[in-house]
Amino acid sequence: MTADGRTGGHRVVLDEAAFGRTLARMAAEIVERDGGDVMLVGIQTRGAPLARRLARLIAEATGASVPVGTLDITLYRDDVGPWRPAHQQPVLKRTSLPEPIDGRVIYLVDDVLFTGRTVRAALDTLVDYGRPRAVRLAVLIDRGHRELPIAADVVGRTIETSRDEDVRVEVAEVDGRDRVWIGKEVEHGG
Amino acid sequence: MAVETAKALSGKDLVGIAPLEPGEIRLILETAEQFLEIARRPIKKVPTLRGLTVVNLFMEPSTRTRFSFEVAEKRLSADTLNFSASTSSVTKGETLVDTARNLMAMAPDFIVIRHSRSGAPHRLAKLVPASIVNAGDGINEHPTQALLDAFTMMRRFGGLEGLTVTIAGDIRHSRVARSNTFLLTKLGAKVRLAAPASLLPLGVEALGAEVHTRLEPAIEGADVVMMLRIQQERQDRLNFPTQREYYDFFALTPERLELAAPHALVMHPGPMNRGVEIDSSVADGPRSVILEQVTNGVAIRMAILYLLAGGHREAADS
Repeated sequence: MTADGRTGGHRVVLDEAAFGRTLARMAAEIVERDGGDVMLVGIQTRGAPLARRLARLIAEATGASVPVGTLDITLYRDDVGPWRPAHQQPVLKRTSLPEPIDGRVIYLVDDVLFTGRTVRAALDTLVDYGRPRAVRLAVLIDRGHRELPIAADVVGRTIETSRDEDVRVEVAEVDGRDRVWIGKEVEHGG
Repeated sequence: MAVETAKALSGKDLVGIAPLEPGEIRLILETAEQFLEIARRPIKKVPTLRGLTVVNLFMEPSTRTRFSFEVAEKRLSADTLNFSASTSSVTKGETLVDTARNLMAMAPDFIVIRHSRSGAPHRLAKLVPASIVNAGDGINEHPTQALLDAFTMMRRFGGLEGLTVTIAGDIRHSRVARSNTFLLTKLGAKVRLAAPASLLPLGVEALGAEVHTRLEPAIEGADVVMMLRIQQERQDRLNFPTQREYYDFFALTPERLELAAPHALVMHPGPMNRGVEIDSSVADGPRSVILEQVTNGVAIRMAILYLLAGGHREAADS
């Protein structure tokens, strides 16, 4: 679903061009910090295509081949199980790490950093696969309202939001176009 | 037939395939796919069911199913308690109802039950608030076996629709044959049941499968050939003359397997009686996916526990 046809209640934070520029800047920041010898791991769902795109940009800039993995954090969430009020377990998505993570610099990639609970779960997931030299966090949008002591190393855009606002990141691979907008209704968890 | 995957299971229990909607079966099969990956990790464990207790209540002998459930439970971080017939007070005359009441005092979240009496899991499900998972009840159903069989076929063929699956052996006493027939027909596969007439149940036609009393025509062109053992423990007298004669007429031999489709899979839920219902060279041959079935069984059982742990529609509505 897109915001097409809706006149009020939402504002676009990044349009397609700004989206592209933001990713390019994030890739440059990663290269500046760690060079090309990094492994990118996208958190499902929208972190996965973002990680693939950042990896391509880093590879173009450095000539290095940048491995990309995906992580599904559902089984490590703190709100899954019978104590959860909802009656529907989240759909599991693919976890796939292309090579061992031991000794590597890993960049976790996600679309929106909000409470920090997703990142906490992602860190727990990752350590079950090995012992990276360092784990860093790259997010397209930091919208504040953290509930855990977690901060991103590379941020595309920091935006002010109120708690009940919904930050929607649309990624071409999943949603047909690149865009970030803020609306009032909550349609998916960020 | 386009079956849409359900978003959740509708009941608190998994007592059989018969009560499941096709979309619920698809949900279990698709969820299992992601659980396969956990077995390949350096740490084969996720914290999902931390703090939940599973009682494995096995009133009938079982090795593979019990181990498979236990591995699934441990990989999901649940706490497991094992009761087996030989060590429990059931052998001292306690009824199922009393056993259940006592178990509930320990507040388990799941009870995995295998019982020689058909319908025991259904009865237990009505008595206790825990989620009941049927690990085989009498000659009624063995739903997790059917799910892992279907999962194995789906992974090999990409889907179940249009497949021809031959199930051969002691159909009369086989809960595996029943659950598989229910499942496969719900998802659009064609099932052929083959057994000597004395090993076919009364009313077998009602299961919705093609029935054969000779093995060869049943195998002809099949995509899957699933062999079942003779269940000696469920019959007072043998329903065929000798094991040797049974082999001659009803064993899956290399020659008979030639009749199946060239890509056909050979399956067996175990335990196998080599030289009775299946020839060793077929059991160990290139078409056999018997060990793959065992691996897939853990992923299926993890998927079921995970989905049932989410609670159920009835509870959420009330």
